[in-house]
Amino acid sequence: MEQKIAVQIDDLTVAYNYKPVLWDIDLTVPEGVLMAIVGPNGAGKSTLIKTILGIIKPIAGSVSIYGEAYSKQRKLVAYVPQKGSVDWDFPTTALDVVMMGTYGSLGWIRRPGQKEKKIALEAMEKVGMLAYKARQISQLSGGQQQRVFLARALAQDASIYFMDEPLQGVDATTEIAIINILKELRKSGKTVIVVHHDLQTVPEYFDWVTFLNVKKIATGPVKEIFNDDNLTQTYGINYKVAVNK
Amino acid sequence: MSITEYFNLLWTDYTLRTITLGTAVLGAICGMLGSFAVLRKQSLLGDAISHAALPGIALAFLITGAKDSGVLLMGALVSGLVGTFWIRGITNKTHLKSDTALGLILSVFFGFGMLLLTFIQKQPNANQAGLDKYLFGQAATLLESDVLLMIIITAISLFVMLLFWKEFKILLFDAEYTKTLGFNTKFIDVLITFLIVLAIVLGLQTVGVVLMSAILLAPAAAARQWTNNLSIMILLAAIIGAVSGVLGTAISASQNNLSTGPVIVLVAGVFVLFSFIFSPTRGILFREIRLRKNRADMKLFKTLQFMYGIALEHENISHPHAIRILNNFQGYTRGSLQKLENEGWITIQGQQWAMTAKGYKQAQEIYNQKSSQ
Repeated sequence: MEQKIAVQIDDLTVAYNYKPVLWDIDLTVPEGVLMAIVGPNGAGKSTLIKTILGIIKPIAGSVSIYGEAYSKQRKLVAYVPQKGSVDWDFPTTALDVVMMGTYGSLGWIRRPGQKEKKIALEAMEKVGMLAYKARQISQLSGGQQQRVFLARALAQDASIYFMDEPLQGVDATTEIAIINILKELRKSGKTVIVVHHDLQTVPEYFDWVTFLNVKKIATGPVKEIFNDDNLTQTYGINYKVAVNK
Repeated sequence: MSITEYFNLLWTDYTLRTITLGTAVLGAICGMLGSFAVLRKQSLLGDAISHAALPGIALAFLITGAKDSGVLLMGALVSGLVGTFWIRGITNKTHLKSDTALGLILSVFFGFGMLLLTFIQKQPNANQAGLDKYLFGQAATLLESDVLLMIIITAISLFVMLLFWKEFKILLFDAEYTKTLGFNTKFIDVLITFLIVLAIVLGLQTVGVVLMSAILLAPAAAARQWTNNLSIMILLAAIIGAVSGVLGTAISASQNNLSTGPVIVLVAGVFVLFSFIFSPTRGILFREIRLRKNRADMKLFKTLQFMYGIALEHENISHPHAIRILNNFQGYTRGSLQKLENEGWITIQGQQWAMTAKGYKQAQEIYNQKSSQ
């Protein structure tokens, strides 16, 4: 059976000023994988996601989502930004933030109604945040904030999910809860692409992995390519040898 | 004239009514749009825009030779917008941070404006006097047509805000995410900024270039203290702005015609101070009170917990114990024991205390609360 291609990236180059952040990236992500993007700080992981989503303009190269430009396929794509990217003291409630996930399909000017509220509440239930729907977002813990962001993406009801470090700074319980949701997404045929930092958990959580350090080092099934060779090439040190015994 | 006299005169005196209405509407629109500036963390933008408007006023006068406020404000609008887009340009195209860009544009435009003003004053033209009122504002010069313009622009801003409420809200909270959803964030951003520039330009005649940002920010900063709801915050900021305008005008008119702009700003400042101290959730006062109360509660709970430990060792939880037993635990005083009894958690008889069923349950719950968090 031939697998459909969810995301196709060709010759992508991004630079801030003169310094290239991503260099000539070619990447193919098949549909239905749960993929980790790993690499050291400054490797361009977040930049890659932001470029795919059109937040950052590349110098060269192209991105296609199911064979078309992102601008035509927006409704197939959901995004979970880093939770530190917004001000959580903003005067609004958790439900309100999750509801924002429906704004894209509403389009300009139309206000969210009962239908959108129902979608948002269902998403909150999936991430176990229903009890906190009326809570001020400033009153949420870090893990709860992350779940709210995840719920907001779920409310987008997309086919491809991009997540920027969704496990950053969350406790073990939340981590498991989030990973279970991601695995469920994959089971229902969605493609999930996650910037991830904890190398130990890659084989356990993900079935696909991309090694990135400005250039793409490798991409493929975890079972085949998650090895010392690629880790060393990506991080510049022999990971296993470098850890003090 | 006393303040009560002022409010009586308000019904009969046409000029006074015009000025009061003008400052009220101005306060309202500034409070409303200032909320956006505060939430976008662009508080200083207002200051830069108002200063950047000054050369526009002077140039409009030089070109047209007219002192009609409509023409001058149009000049202010143009130069305010130019300043704003230069600030954006500098931040986008160079390594400079936005505070540097703001500071640069603010001082360069203001310097240029002052230069033009002094140049105009040297002109042998009787018409030139009075432009300097735009520095600190002069509410007394407000005409009915000025106020009408304010009302129209406020109504338009309100309409635009309600129309694009959802888009404004999501952009304020998470601009990048908004972009991924397919909204033209640049358009929303320019729209918000344009409205803010409009509000500032409207206020120049009344409050002046130098103090304008205060009337934009103070009501919003005060309102933020009282609510966690965006719509209520904006409504509250508009009300605080309007009340500051009216009170400021009243005070300045009743006290020997003190300059109106500064008085309005000071009144708004009092609102801010009051809000910072007395807001029930975010205010300094209640936060301190809550902190102290929590500490006192914690002490009580500690004593109760200790008693719970002792009570556990007996089959009958209400078995009496000597108060002296608590001696090796320093967390109790006569007062705290009394409080525990008042809560119905223990009973005291002579030199003995005994735990009640209610106290036993309470102690268990403290433990549960801790372990469930």
